[in-house]
Amino acid sequence: MPEPQRRPIMDAQAVEGALGRMADDVVRLAGDARDLVLVGIHRRGVQLAGRLSDIIEDRHGAGVATGSLDITLYRDDLMVVGPRPVVGQTRLPAGGIDDRMICVVDDVLYTGRTVRAALDELADFGRPKRTLLAVLIDRGGRELPIQADVVGERVEVPEGGRVEVMVPEIDGTLGVDLVEAGA
Amino acid sequence: MAQELVNPVLGKDLIGLEELTREQITAILDTAETFKEISERPVRKVPYLRGRTVVNAFFENSTRTRVSFEFAEKRMGADTVSISTTGSSVQKGETLVDTARNLEAMRIDMVVIRHASSGAARFLAERIESSVINAGDGKHEHPTQGLLDLLTIRDHRGPLEGLKVCICGDVLHSRVARSNIHGLKRLGAEVAVCGPMTLMPPDVGDLGVRWFNRIEAAIEWADVLNVLRLQLERMKAGFIPSLREYNRVFGVTRARVEAAPRDLLILHPGPMNRGVEIDSDVADGPHSVILQQVTNGVAVRMAVLYLLSGGPATEGGDA
Repeated sequence: MPEPQRRPIMDAQAVEGALGRMADDVVRLAGDARDLVLVGIHRRGVQLAGRLSDIIEDRHGAGVATGSLDITLYRDDLMVVGPRPVVGQTRLPAGGIDDRMICVVDDVLYTGRTVRAALDELADFGRPKRTLLAVLIDRGGRELPIQADVVGERVEVPEGGRVEVMVPEIDGTLGVDLVEAGA
Repeated sequence: MAQELVNPVLGKDLIGLEELTREQITAILDTAETFKEISERPVRKVPYLRGRTVVNAFFENSTRTRVSFEFAEKRMGADTVSISTTGSSVQKGETLVDTARNLEAMRIDMVVIRHASSGAARFLAERIESSVINAGDGKHEHPTQGLLDLLTIRDHRGPLEGLKVCICGDVLHSRVARSNIHGLKRLGAEVAVCGPMTLMPPDVGDLGVRWFNRIEAAIEWADVLNVLRLQLERMKAGFIPSLREYNRVFGVTRARVEAAPRDLLILHPGPMNRGVEIDSDVADGPHSVILQQVTNGVAVRMAVLYLLSGGPATEGGDA
């Protein structure tokens, strides 16, 4: 098997810049930051939601509630997944999500199946006033009719390739790499 | 993005804790820890096992364990069917394997079995393709009870390494005791048993535990007491002189608990004989975590269903 080729496509500065633009777009769409809950999809979406929350607080002076969703138990690929994935924590604000503005945050939007699972899971917790989707990277290739409201960067990915978002809390660095299948 | 995977996972079945590694036991406990939250949700249900069928085959009486498994199965989204010996073909002489094979022919995915014979769960697991979960087989093991005990102790005392746990009472007839001993030792706890010699299994020495024949000495030594039910239905065989005398010599009483040199944690797998092996003011007192054991039981069983389910080993995950 040829070695996969890894190529950086966003450094820390580029990611910070994209998150800044995303934060402004989220607040503009939400209308009122005080009404907003940023819900990150486990694992890296959780860290990105935390960063967006900090940026919104800095720029708009309003604290933003955050939460996390682990969608493992809502996946639709039970029969093809082998070793069971570790299930992470789902935590939503104590006041619930009814009638609130929810922004689901994830690192990469690809097939859309993770987002579908996240929407299903959210529906079991309540009925938000509106739900937005913010992703750092949109790489196309959707298998479901799902689109993001806020996108940090759109990336063309060659066949067989993948996008890897790295965050300091998990990967020790902030950036985005494109990993292409070996030639 | 690829997800972090549980490794090593459980195989097809869960028969006993004796055959599990420390890593496997820890994986179940860690998964159960995250599953506790599901029972706190507005909708206490996830769709993970939607379309899967679990048969609860209880060939021996049980309410607590059966209900706990049923809650766990329903909260994981599975369809469930319960059968018992009474009114089933077992009464007409059908063998265990024939019963299971007939159920399997109706396209089931898992069987939770309780049976009076030690080894029944393994016997079944070796003969059917569905996953088999042992919900108590004779005097052998009751692994999910052992796991929920471990989880409850871990919740209150942190890692079990070096912790001193004494299992008190009718160890001879107890599958809970065996699962506890294997699980606790695998996680590094020191284990003792306490009770009259007549209620100790002949191979107790081979299990690598120490034995106390005085409850005061056990309490002096232990951080945790797991008090077992005195199986009154078996007491006619003359294992103890009288219930009153048992309580006087081995009963976990308030005075004894208060005299303990350290803050004791008290477990009991239920159902309790109040005033025999445990007094009411201990069972309902500040040291008791008996009801939390019941709550943890559902989370542990959900974790086991989760870790046993699924298809062939390929790495999943998408974005």
